[in-house]
Amino acid sequence: MDFFNIVIQTLDSTIRLSVPLLLACLAGLYSERAGVFDIGLEGKMLVGAFAGAAAASVFHSAFIGLGMAILISVAFALVHGFASITHRGNQIVSGVAINFIAAGSTVILGQAWFSQGGRTPALAPNERFEAIIFPGANALRGVPIVGPIYAELISGHSVLVYLAFLAVPFTWWVLFRTRFGLRLRAVGENPAAVDTAGISVAWLRYRALICTGILTGLAGAYLSMVQNGGFVKDMTAGKGYIALAALIFAKWKPVNAMFACLLFGFLDALAIRLQGTPLPLIGRVPVQFMQALPYVLTVVLLAGFIGKAIPPRAGGVPYVKER
Amino acid sequence: MAEAAIELIGINKSFGAVQANRDINLEVARGTIHGIVGENGAGKSTLMSILYGFYQADSGEIRVNGKPATIKTSNDAITAGIGMVHQHFMLVDNFTVLENVILGAESNALLKSSIAKARSELIRLEREYGLQVNPDALIEELPVGLQQRVEILKALYRGAEILILDEPTGVLTPAEADHLFRILGQLKEQGKTIVLITHKLREIMAITDSVSVMRQGTIVATRETKKTTVEELAELMVGRRVLLRVEKDAMQAEGVKLSVKNLTVKDLRGVTMVDDVSFDVRAGEIVGIAGVAGNGQSELLEAISGIRKAVSGSVTLDGKPIDLTGAADPGELRERGLAHVPEDRHHVGLVLAFEENENSILGYQDDEQYLKGPFLNIDAIQKDARDKIEKYDIRPANCRLKTANFSGGNQQKIVLAREIEQDPGVLIVGQPTRGVDVGAIEFIHKRLIAMRDAGKAVLLVSVELDEIRSLSDRILVMFAGRIVGERGSDTTEGELGLLMAGVEHKEAAE
Repeated sequence: MDFFNIVIQTLDSTIRLSVPLLLACLAGLYSERAGVFDIGLEGKMLVGAFAGAAAASVFHSAFIGLGMAILISVAFALVHGFASITHRGNQIVSGVAINFIAAGSTVILGQAWFSQGGRTPALAPNERFEAIIFPGANALRGVPIVGPIYAELISGHSVLVYLAFLAVPFTWWVLFRTRFGLRLRAVGENPAAVDTAGISVAWLRYRALICTGILTGLAGAYLSMVQNGGFVKDMTAGKGYIALAALIFAKWKPVNAMFACLLFGFLDALAIRLQGTPLPLIGRVPVQFMQALPYVLTVVLLAGFIGKAIPPRAGGVPYVKER
Repeated sequence: MAEAAIELIGINKSFGAVQANRDINLEVARGTIHGIVGENGAGKSTLMSILYGFYQADSGEIRVNGKPATIKTSNDAITAGIGMVHQHFMLVDNFTVLENVILGAESNALLKSSIAKARSELIRLEREYGLQVNPDALIEELPVGLQQRVEILKALYRGAEILILDEPTGVLTPAEADHLFRILGQLKEQGKTIVLITHKLREIMAITDSVSVMRQGTIVATRETKKTTVEELAELMVGRRVLLRVEKDAMQAEGVKLSVKNLTVKDLRGVTMVDDVSFDVRAGEIVGIAGVAGNGQSELLEAISGIRKAVSGSVTLDGKPIDLTGAADPGELRERGLAHVPEDRHHVGLVLAFEENENSILGYQDDEQYLKGPFLNIDAIQKDARDKIEKYDIRPANCRLKTANFSGGNQQKIVLAREIEQDPGVLIVGQPTRGVDVGAIEFIHKRLIAMRDAGKAVLLVSVELDEIRSLSDRILVMFAGRIVGERGSDTTEGELGLLMAGVEHKEAAE
């Protein structure tokens, strides 16, 4: 029974840890499916996290915080669009620039506004998103097997967690069942086909980037307002890049993306769970090794364990009309 | 004369200092097929792009069905009933036919009803025009002929009454082209108006009712097709008399220079692209390999020139084997007298960002004549480049210009000059006149004949049957990776066409 509890708890933290990855991964999916590479997921999450926590603590409202996280993150996405769609700049350079601006400005503004060494003030419970307890969760907790699964795994998460997992089927539906999705996929494969069909390539790509901004805003808000009670310097810690790796691993498909992010989340959870615990046969493993595991896996997976991943054909290439 | 479907009045369009269209006046009668011919860069595509709303004219007026039309975007053109089949298909390869057809013409925000509507509409179009295609097939799985059909269906689905086709037969087999022409004939009978852009004069003669010739941005003549000849049109296009038929003496073939035995090549996916191919090329002859693009010719050329790995078989040059492991040193092959003019000059033959003189020695940069100690001898290289420019009439005559700024025909001349002037024993040439103007084609053909007459072995791969027939001493036809027949140069186009389509091959197998 003890082992069962450990499994449940590990899976529970798997879910919590994979949520920011999943939101960022879906964010990247919208933009890359539309043919715009976005290495700036990391930066957009970071500004989202900062804006969310800052606004929540100033206005004492989690929802104002969330709105501000999305707003600022979308604004950064539009900057990326302005550079790479309107001005046909290099998408990688623009994305890297956004990451740098995000890393620097959040700390500077945080220090200037709150004087807590770049942090935002600790958020009060009403300024954060609290866990939602499903009806009967506490009553069922005692039931063997089903009880803990319902009470721990399914119930007891914040609204953003449910939102993130609902975003998976929703994204699938948008992509494969709507006009917007058809055009979005088309513009990532052959923008000239979209252009000659009488649709604006630029406007379509901007809309895709707005979707990206909304999702990275949610991811950032989750980090600073759910997982943590405030913003901390560099709190994204490379999650934007891992999300990109997961996106490639998932071959740009929403349901695959969910499983990829759950896998990365699971490794994270495992690393935390196994810290200081001696493993059978191997003995005690250094903490740093366990912490490095998700990143090592990222490299290994990208280095060729994923089979052939065909990116959207027009990805990374600014669209120029040619005769 | 019937009422005009399209009238272009005084169209002007400049790109920077280059005037692509100058005072164009064109009238196309409804229910006719109108051809537009001209060399590359004559402004045909620009003119049609203006009509399709890809560009806007600097000045001038467009009238559709007698009414002035403002066409600022492709959407305006579609609304005005104009459809366009582009030279490079505007299709999404990993979408189905249906998805491609509805893209941009969806009836509402959800796809379900659009797809249902398109499906029944496709069935109607299929019945009406004989445009059969499986609506659920993925584009990338369709042969090019069917892909083009999807493009036509796209236009018809959007209600096009006027159809513009830009170089539609470039990628088709003769049989597919015939089929296309039958479809165009049917569309014309149904009252559609068709504008056909091409550089193949025979197509113009075969199918159009009237034809306009463009040269240097202007329309130099418009003729009724019945009242003109191929010779007249060619002269109008180039501005001088053109020799359409290559003159050559009888072949004086000698010993075998290049010998290919049982060569088999697979592509990255493991699909056999060249299947047990054997042939010889002797000194003093041109061997032409005919075939529809994608039947293994590219892979064959790459294997012989040592770029691509062969699975089995052997290739000998002057009796000595060529390394077929894919690790051959191209420099060594050049030294042994094998010169290669690749099919894809942009990606393999040239570095477009380099200056012309740099490209004109690329691959031979280690030759002593271009070196001064460990450094390049810039003066010698530039002098050499200027000599080639003069001899091959490369324009503009400036060896310091970036290669990207030369036209396709002149880029091809740069590659040819580089390879031919090294005086190789064997010349392998892929698609020597692809995207090259009529005037330059004549020149390139003469150079190849001169190589042959000088006792060199020439292996020529081309999808242009005319070129194969007029240059080759022997013709090998490739189909599905195999050589399905060897014929003389007097073989009819029809017979070669059947071989290229694999018809006789199948019959022989039965």
